[in-house]
Amino acid sequence: MTADIRIPIGAMFSLMGLLLGLYGWSTYGSEMYARSLGMNMNLYWGCAMLLFGVLMLLFGLKAQFCGKKK
Amino acid sequence: MSALTYTIPKFELFAVDWAILIIYFFFVLGVGFTLKRYMKTSTDFFLSGKSIAAWITGLAFISANLGAQEVIGMAASGAKYGIATSHFYWIGAIPAMIFVGIFMMPFYYGSKARSVPEYLKLRFDEKTRGFNALSFAAMTVFSSGISMYAMGKLLNLLLGWDFNTCVLVSGFIVLLYTFLGGLTSAIYNEVIQFFLIVFGFIPLVFLGLKNVGGWEGVKARLAQEGWFRSEILSENMNPDALTHSWKYMGDAASNPMGVEWFGLVMGLGFVLSFGYWCTDFLVVQRAMAAKDMSAARRTPLIAAIPKMLFPLLVILPGMLAIGIAPLADKALQPKADVKSAMTLQIEKSNPELAQRLAAHNVPSMEELTALGGRGMVPPKIDMDTVVLTPEGGKKGNIVFKKQSDGQPILDKAGKPIVELDYDLVIPMMLHKYFPAGLLGLGLCALMASFMSGMAGNTTAFNTVWTYDIYQSYIRKNAPDKHYLWMGRYATVGGILLSMGAAYAATRFNNIMDILQLVFAFVNAPLFATFMLGMFWRRATGHGAFFGLLSGTLAALLHHGMTLPYGSMVGLKGGYFAVVHTYPSEMAQNFWTAIFAWTVCFVVTIVISLATRQTKKAEELKGLVYSLTPKPKEDGIPWYKQPAYLGGAVLAVTIVLNVIFR
Repeated sequence: MTADIRIPIGAMFSLMGLLLGLYGWSTYGSEMYARSLGMNMNLYWGCAMLLFGVLMLLFGLKAQFCGKKK
Repeated sequence: MSALTYTIPKFELFAVDWAILIIYFFFVLGVGFTLKRYMKTSTDFFLSGKSIAAWITGLAFISANLGAQEVIGMAASGAKYGIATSHFYWIGAIPAMIFVGIFMMPFYYGSKARSVPEYLKLRFDEKTRGFNALSFAAMTVFSSGISMYAMGKLLNLLLGWDFNTCVLVSGFIVLLYTFLGGLTSAIYNEVIQFFLIVFGFIPLVFLGLKNVGGWEGVKARLAQEGWFRSEILSENMNPDALTHSWKYMGDAASNPMGVEWFGLVMGLGFVLSFGYWCTDFLVVQRAMAAKDMSAARRTPLIAAIPKMLFPLLVILPGMLAIGIAPLADKALQPKADVKSAMTLQIEKSNPELAQRLAAHNVPSMEELTALGGRGMVPPKIDMDTVVLTPEGGKKGNIVFKKQSDGQPILDKAGKPIVELDYDLVIPMMLHKYFPAGLLGLGLCALMASFMSGMAGNTTAFNTVWTYDIYQSYIRKNAPDKHYLWMGRYATVGGILLSMGAAYAATRFNNIMDILQLVFAFVNAPLFATFMLGMFWRRATGHGAFFGLLSGTLAALLHHGMTLPYGSMVGLKGGYFAVVHTYPSEMAQNFWTAIFAWTVCFVVTIVISLATRQTKKAEELKGLVYSLTPKPKEDGIPWYKQPAYLGGAVLAVTIVLNVIFR
């Protein structure tokens, strides 16, 4: 095994989720959410992505540093 | 308002969308640069040093196949054929994926072969391998070119980006990360792309379903579409066929695919699907990179789990789109008092349907066709007439269906029938439902799918070129370093050739059809060769080679002598003579495959029996079923054993088929 893939995936999704969530938060109540049926999908989906990213990151880092040493 | 022009809206990208795209590209390239220092031998570069965990190779296995033809083409087919499109998954993929994992992987992974053509060399002879290597290399270049072409065309249409720039930039990015990190880099990126596609498409399905009122709403809307197509457009289909995958498969004339169950099960489910999943090095290469035999066998089985559920993600958006009114959907609006002419007609001819439509607040056919398309599916526009609107949209003349003498085909109401551009379903849905931010994510998912298709083909190409063509015929005994070098530059060559193919690929209106056709010619006979090679030790090299050759020729001959209903002689067949007319292009493709497979199977057996087996039993060990020890599964927990895993996946697939029958 070379580098643990979960680390870049986790980092990428955390970053994207954070960005999307913050953007959703800053545009709360904006007219553009008429498109997504009145729901602030940026905020909700950003949070979901952030959660996924952090979980991936945690598992990846755990395997990298506390995993089996050959 | 009967519009003769249609405007494709411009996607407006905001800073947040750009930021998401930039994050994605940063990670894509970052992975390539990080992995560069691990690429020391040619095995590292072409086979990832056989060191990767099963869940990663499994997701890459599925993602390498999740190219442009998948996401764009399957949604297009969803809108065109309805739920029956899921046959491409449940019949056309899952059984073959289970078979390759349980029965075939031991030969691929266990033998010394480094590629699928090399297996053919070990099992049969040099000429069989050469034939397969060359045709496969050509196919990868072609497929990757189609991905590039589709991406360039789409980005140009939606964002106004320059086609040439799109082709160059996407080619360069894929080149950079596969050049640096080889197969590992492609696999890691495919896993990233897998998650991006999942995260990009779930909100689309969620919003679409919420809009139409859930599955019952989808069914009501597709019932109206089915009524419209069979009653008004006089298409050969049962009005109910769009929400049933099996019910109307008894007769090709009653389902929109125009195929009957035998052609479907044998052509798609057996020949094409086993030919693709079991012998295509593009996917098999992912499993061969796994860290041990057990992981290699689990790879296609793990991949089968998301594959089984993907119809939800990629077909459903298309099915939703066809019933959603392009202006404002009725589900969100108060009910209008005045009924449209077509609603009145439904009330008269089919009161039961009319009641259902009213109960689910389904927009009238007039509302669905208000802009010239149907639902969210836009009409085809004549690209030569396109002008930019002040808002940046692209306005062009609508293309109507024509008879062979150039006269427009009229519907029951006497109006010319519009040609629909099904391939634009996904972009139109993204545009309708995604606000800035989410739109960046959706575009990212689309680009990821295009690039994973390209990268998958590129890594398969550079391996086959280097091992099976260069090392076998051009330079035999060079040091390993030289082949690593060759692999890197084969990547460059492959990308350049794909760019050439990108400029050549046009014509068919559904990308899926063109790929199926190529697979039918090249891949369909191949599975007969592998099946006989793996399970019949008497099959000889001459038998395999001439079997393959005659199988491919049979495909060509069959295609050249038949024609799908309503098509003109040319690229779609009939160039030798028109002996038989199929109800649809798909039926023709399936039967071409069945012919090719049967001819290859018979010819291989006949010639094998007539020629001497030159390989000794000793040489065939590990390559033929009866001479290979069964892989041991001791100490592996039962839920990781291929047989249990495969059985579970198969059971769930059968349940899905029963639910959506």
